[in-house]
Amino acid sequence: MAVRSASPENIYATHPEKKVSLYFMVLGFIALSIGVIFGPFQIFNYAGIDLYPALQPLFKSYYQGLTLHGVLNAIVFTQFFIQGSLLYLQARDSNVRPLMPVAWAAWWIALIGLALAAWPLLLNNATVLYTFYPPLQGHWAFYVGAALIIVSSLVSVFLSVEMWVRWKKQNPGKPTPLVTFMTTATWMMWGLAAIGLVVEAVFFLIPWSLGWLKGVDPLLARSLFWWSGHPIVYFWLLPAYVSWYGLLPRQAGGKLVSDPLARMAFLGFLVFSTPVGFHHQFADPGISAFWKGVHTVLTMMVAVPSLMTAFTIAASLELAARSRGGKGVFGWVRALPWNNPSVVAQILGAIAFIFGGAGGIVNASFTLDYVVHNTAWIPGHFHLPVATASTLTFFGIAFWLIPHITHKPLAAPRTALAGVWLWFVGMMFMAFGMHMMGLQGVPRRAHISAMNALNEGIYSSSAFYMVFNAIAGVILTIAAVQLFYVLFATLLSRRRLAPNQVPGVPFTEAISGPEGKRGVKVMDRLFFWWGAAVVLVLIVYMPTLVQLFMHMVPAPGFRLW
Amino acid sequence: MNNEKLIHAIERYERSWLLFALVMIVVFLIFIGYTLTGFAFYVPSAAERIDPTTARAEGSLFANPRVEKTGDNVYTAYVLAQAFTFLPGEIRVPKGARVIFYVTSPDVQHGFYIRGTNVNVQVIPGEVGKVEHTFDEAGEYLVICNEYCGLGHQDMIGKIIVEDK
Repeated sequence: MAVRSASPENIYATHPEKKVSLYFMVLGFIALSIGVIFGPFQIFNYAGIDLYPALQPLFKSYYQGLTLHGVLNAIVFTQFFIQGSLLYLQARDSNVRPLMPVAWAAWWIALIGLALAAWPLLLNNATVLYTFYPPLQGHWAFYVGAALIIVSSLVSVFLSVEMWVRWKKQNPGKPTPLVTFMTTATWMMWGLAAIGLVVEAVFFLIPWSLGWLKGVDPLLARSLFWWSGHPIVYFWLLPAYVSWYGLLPRQAGGKLVSDPLARMAFLGFLVFSTPVGFHHQFADPGISAFWKGVHTVLTMMVAVPSLMTAFTIAASLELAARSRGGKGVFGWVRALPWNNPSVVAQILGAIAFIFGGAGGIVNASFTLDYVVHNTAWIPGHFHLPVATASTLTFFGIAFWLIPHITHKPLAAPRTALAGVWLWFVGMMFMAFGMHMMGLQGVPRRAHISAMNALNEGIYSSSAFYMVFNAIAGVILTIAAVQLFYVLFATLLSRRRLAPNQVPGVPFTEAISGPEGKRGVKVMDRLFFWWGAAVVLVLIVYMPTLVQLFMHMVPAPGFRLW
Repeated sequence: MNNEKLIHAIERYERSWLLFALVMIVVFLIFIGYTLTGFAFYVPSAAERIDPTTARAEGSLFANPRVEKTGDNVYTAYVLAQAFTFLPGEIRVPKGARVIFYVTSPDVQHGFYIRGTNVNVQVIPGEVGKVEHTFDEAGEYLVICNEYCGLGHQDMIGKIIVEDK
């Protein structure tokens, strides 16, 4: 039974990385809890209902709320949660302790970066949305803060790779444990992907916002942004895959079907995640159709590891369900542990990703993209992979990991279960409404519920789909309250589990393991594959970027909010 | 089922699935290639680069935003997308006209999206985007800015009126 036994010091004593991981995750969830507040305001806007006046004078405009929503949810929450959870999983899986002072340095850099970026955001001095395209010019503190947040993520890249190298030295000739392989590959991928944002911030946006540069080239900045901007989606997604491959089968009562296949999927992401950015720039003049085409082909390639994942996860879940007594072609689904909020969150996240992936293929299809580019279809799309697949999975991980670290029992598991279901259903309603409105030509990120009299009613043909958004707004508000209640009630609880009741880390066994497979040995050479990724990125980016660098057209900054 | 047999069964399904996935991707790519080489006139290309600070100045291509007849049933439109209007705000062409658009921005990024068509251009200061469309149906088309450009973004809307001859 729940008793007050272990003091925090005892809890962290054996594994000091527990504390820094918890700090990262909690900081991420705090950011999310603020960013999520604007969600209902955003979606009601797309239902034609303007609730923003209620936020006056605290928040000045729809666009300020949208900026906070995007930055806090998509950039801050995801990254901080990933920094915490992957660090811990790799440390436990490989039994290697991270360099603790470096890990804490990463946390402090992230905190300072967040504080710096939050200050102009909250004061309406950086209402530039989370893509911060120049020549819209925000306060310098926003760019410096954002850069520090990225620097913190690069420290995490170092931490992970250093732990992996140390493990390799201690275990010559052995294949890297699966979860360690997946986390290291994820961080290495991000280490290459983040370079675009680093160059954009350090060489252009920061000096420009401080007045040291008169102008920046908007197309060059966009291209650097999307160098990082698409792989960042994989950076949000792969930690969910780590859990789906490495933990979920065990949580569901089974085993992973194939260990080598999981490695192959991650290798695919390591190599193909980054050289795809131009598929966000199909509508940009100034980038040749040839290179847009090359990026299209590579984007399609990166769909393959996701399709592999769909198979492996479904097969692993089916085996788990059958071992629990599930029968029938589809009847086995009922035998999954539907009473476990952590499992349900991840399964629903994975289901959402099927639709998210299908929509992604549409977006990446060169000629089809013009139908949906910058329409409401786009936020409808990315709320499936990011706000549902990743976010639900991260909640699912937190539901066992926070009790595991803190020895505090999960508060109100039934509320957690309800919250998870409502989040999924709400996001489905919203995704449907937004996708359809996009097809009808309604633009994304526009305050359409407060248009001037001249334009009023131009989107009235979408009224039917707006109803879906209104319903989604209500459902998602309830879901968010439930999920955050469970999270913070758990964290603030004074109850402690008895030591024998604390959940362990559910590392999964594989039916087909890595031992003695030649392919696993080849795949284990992560530096080689990372080098291959670097070469590929240079090939597909350098001709365009060098040309843009040589012929920059600097544009001065504007503040139009 | 023992482990060996199970693994073999799964591997068989897995190979079929991967084959299906690869074929699907290849078919998609073929369709993309076909539409691209066949009739994708709406893919924006860069006509030239332009200094955004002087885009409106005397002598610039966009000093006088306009639409003009440049051939038999061919019209050329020079459009300035600026916070928070399109210039010209209204473009009139006859039904069946092939219209070539040149569009740029003197301030921040905008969108040039003609609702109901595949014309969708990211308007970037420094770039002159070129795109074309043949208007086979008469009526009023909305030109919508679909990139956030500031507080008036949602009202940055222009018109193309295609007249029955």
